[in-house]
Amino acid sequence: MAGNCMCNEAGIFIFSCSGGSDVGELSDRAARKMAKCGQAKMFCLAGIGAHIPGMIESTKAANKLIAIDGCPVSCSKKTLEHAGFKVTAFNLKDMGFDKGKTKVDDGSIDKVLSKITGGKGEEVNRNTSGGCCSN
Amino acid sequence: MKIEILGVGCPKCKQLTANAEAAVKELNIQAEIGKVTDIDKITEYGVMMTPALAVDGTVVSAGEVLSKDEIKKIILK
Repeated sequence: MAGNCMCNEAGIFIFSCSGGSDVGELSDRAARKMAKCGQAKMFCLAGIGAHIPGMIESTKAANKLIAIDGCPVSCSKKTLEHAGFKVTAFNLKDMGFDKGKTKVDDGSIDKVLSKITGGKGEEVNRNTSGGCCSN
Repeated sequence: MKIEILGVGCPKCKQLTANAEAAVKELNIQAEIGKVTDIDKITEYGVMMTPALAVDGTVVSAGEVLSKDEIKKIILK
């Protein structure tokens, strides 16, 4: 039985720092919305940090890796690079979101998504099939 | 040596199984080749892309169908 087959093209994987701060939460929710809308597959950064072989090997199958970090410490980007991956990185600080001063709501989430899918969004949008995101 | 093919049973999984069997046969080694088709067990390995190959419990590839020769290299490591 080949139901729930996981052998489709890997496409774009997105990782967020998902840190404890407001910008960490925003990075997480933006990544989840991208995944929900079919623009990327969200993957577990902790699994990369822990060097879980299955996660490392699965990540190698991706066409492109995106990292969203909430603050300039850039844990997501650095974790992926430490594991040997080339990554397209976005930092919420560069988008005008400051740690401790950021409101996490639909407006801020959509702003992050528009920054990610705009400009460098050509590749990001490759797998978009007109889902729920209009960014 | 224990070789496991992780996948729910699609043609790619079957091809990887065949390649693994051919690799073991050519190397003339003792190896148990098993299949893990339960999606929950596959994800317990951390695998999100199939087919995947595990050797002695460690995932060595995911999301690709390794050739017989690639599998032989992994076995000989």
